[in-house]
Amino acid sequence: MATQDASLAADPMIGEESLGVTNGKIGMWTFLVMDAMTFAGLLAGYARLRWTPGSEWPLPIEAFGFTGIQLTALNTFILICSSVSMVHVLAEQMRGNMDRAKKWMLATIIGGLLFLGIQGFEWTHLILDMWPYLFDEGYEAAYSVNFAATFFILTGFHGLHVSVGVIYNVIIYLGLKSGKISKDDTSVVEIAGLYWHFVDLVWILVFTFVYLI
Amino acid sequence: MEIKAKGYLSPLSEEAKTSLWVYLKEWMCTTDAKRIGVLYLLFATFMALWGGLLSVIIRLELAQHGPDIITDASFYNALPGMHATAMIFFFIIPAFTGVANFVVPIQIGAPDMAFPKLNLAAFWILPPGALLTFAGFFMNSLPEFGWTAYPPLSNSVYTPIWGADFWVVGLILVGVSSTLGAVNFLATVFNMRCKGMKMFQLPLFTWAMTVTSFLILAATPVLTSALIMLTFERMFPGVFYFFNPAGGGDPILYQHLFWFYSHPAVYIMILPGFGMVSEVIQVFSRKHIFGYVLMVWSMIAIAVLGFLVWAHHMFATGIALNVRVGFMFLTMLIAVPTGIKIFSWLATIWGGSIKFDTPMLYATGFLAMFTIGGLSGVVVASVPVDIQLHDTYYVVAHIHYVLVAGSLMTAFAGVYFWFPKITGRFYNETLGKIHFWLTAIFINVTFFIQHWLGMKGMPRRYYDYDPAFEMANLISSVGSVVLFLAQFIFIANMLYSWRKGKVAEGNAWGDGFTLEWQITSPPDHHNFHHPPYWKPIIRQHVAADQPGGVWHRNGD
Repeated sequence: MATQDASLAADPMIGEESLGVTNGKIGMWTFLVMDAMTFAGLLAGYARLRWTPGSEWPLPIEAFGFTGIQLTALNTFILICSSVSMVHVLAEQMRGNMDRAKKWMLATIIGGLLFLGIQGFEWTHLILDMWPYLFDEGYEAAYSVNFAATFFILTGFHGLHVSVGVIYNVIIYLGLKSGKISKDDTSVVEIAGLYWHFVDLVWILVFTFVYLI
Repeated sequence: MEIKAKGYLSPLSEEAKTSLWVYLKEWMCTTDAKRIGVLYLLFATFMALWGGLLSVIIRLELAQHGPDIITDASFYNALPGMHATAMIFFFIIPAFTGVANFVVPIQIGAPDMAFPKLNLAAFWILPPGALLTFAGFFMNSLPEFGWTAYPPLSNSVYTPIWGADFWVVGLILVGVSSTLGAVNFLATVFNMRCKGMKMFQLPLFTWAMTVTSFLILAATPVLTSALIMLTFERMFPGVFYFFNPAGGGDPILYQHLFWFYSHPAVYIMILPGFGMVSEVIQVFSRKHIFGYVLMVWSMIAIAVLGFLVWAHHMFATGIALNVRVGFMFLTMLIAVPTGIKIFSWLATIWGGSIKFDTPMLYATGFLAMFTIGGLSGVVVASVPVDIQLHDTYYVVAHIHYVLVAGSLMTAFAGVYFWFPKITGRFYNETLGKIHFWLTAIFINVTFFIQHWLGMKGMPRRYYDYDPAFEMANLISSVGSVVLFLAQFIFIANMLYSWRKGKVAEGNAWGDGFTLEWQITSPPDHHNFHHPPYWKPIIRQHVAADQPGGVWHRNGD
């Protein structure tokens, strides 16, 4: 059989980065594929339950009470803005303006927290005011209970992702602040950015499905 | 006590040389892919014995009609599901992951996996996952809904027990573990290849793990999403009705999501085995694989088709006839790439200079018996036949020919094949051969007659049956007991040879050509002293007049 020349060739690059990108980036991309499939499963469930013959699906615009979809539209805007600020973190880091990078990172974190706060407010309102059957068996749901169920699963699972993302971003911020992440470690910020943009992208899907259609 | 070992087995610190405790701690917290691979294999062996024991209890109960050793029918009801869960999620998949952890980084010339810590985390999620999954045994609340957990049977109305909740959460954990592993394998294979090695230079086992990782990545999360919904439905009755028709849910939705994972899962359970057999057959026929590129593409084709056939598990649920026909067509199409692989293996063996050591016995045994499983698969893929055979023992026979005569035998081929590499010592060949023949014969004794039982109409998962089926069931039960006991020969062989076996050289079989055979047995930490350089193998036919028909040997 063919013999292999298992020696020599003292190139330091051998053994890693055959594709010219870091392992971390490939790892994040593959992880995001996985995560996208989890959301796909939940969205498929949503689609099936909503378009089952006989399901009494309310018009979302009428079903959310005073928070309406206007508040969530604002929330979507905030999340998209935080994605923009994430882009600035990387841009400033590449230019070497670490102070400005830190400020943009802070803005991203605040954007994420604002999103979670508004979502918490919306959930509280929906659970306490709009869907009393959740806690009290005496009440009956005004329409298919699956409307609320898929709402909680999809927005809750996404909210969990935003929470993880905020913690992730805080860790990056602390790294920037302490100097552990230097202006050359762009891949660390880039990978965090991949995650954050993904969370943003998925929200646009969730928002469209749950609120708009 | 003093610990003597070599290679990656040896203690890492001075302290560990004298203290068993420190040495064990080094193993438990290791980030070396080879050690993690061994941990996976030990865990898988343990779970295989556990799952095997459950199946023997099932078979003993069924040896005669009427209640025999189990007086509680609901305990019996839980056993098939627990057996399947143990074998699928905690034995076969981790066993392949274990071998792959050991072999894949070396085969591509890498010092370790891409994410060593993630690798360790992925392994340590498994034991707690297993504890949760089987917690019902300790709490006397075993879920009786099989391994498929179809609602509404699995919702809180019909199965209002804690054991079921733990089972669901345990499975979610296993899913997390295997997806983390898949992310790691993909990053490793894509990014850690040594110089000169292109994707179409990868050894076939590495290719198999790459394709399998894609399957895991795309399929497992969908099961997770279904299990998340199931958990919510169980935890908050009256609020969530995803699958319960009483509240507008759809039980068929669960089946779609479940089989969207669980059908590709059968390929997650066999593709690594295909890869192992490809390696074994090449080395023991002393020829390069026939049709390498086609072998890779047929694996990719199997993976893609694997995602398009899930509804063939649901022919009997009343889905539309034209949908069934479509899925029947796609399912039968899978026989094409699988057939290509079988014929490629045969063509590799053809004219080779064959050595029938235990790994080769297992590889050829697999070829013969997996073909039976494949053919019965084509039979049940056919809608009208499946309507008749659905939920009978025919399906049990089919799945066991695929998974026992398929996955299990390939796993044995792989473990025997790489045992000298893993431990630096040879196993006992005589015991290996005895183990093979007992296993191969009694797999057929156990499962072949189940085809007949199924065609005669004996349903699966039943506690009791018509006395007319008694003789066939007795034969099957005797077979299963011998099959189970034969595995202790394997364990004894491995345990003994680990310490006392004949010392193996680096290229233990003399004909290994992939990178793992170019380094010492067992490998050192970080595998290579110098980063290797891969010289592409020239894969070409030899002239017919060459003696023995041996293929061109590059570098000889």
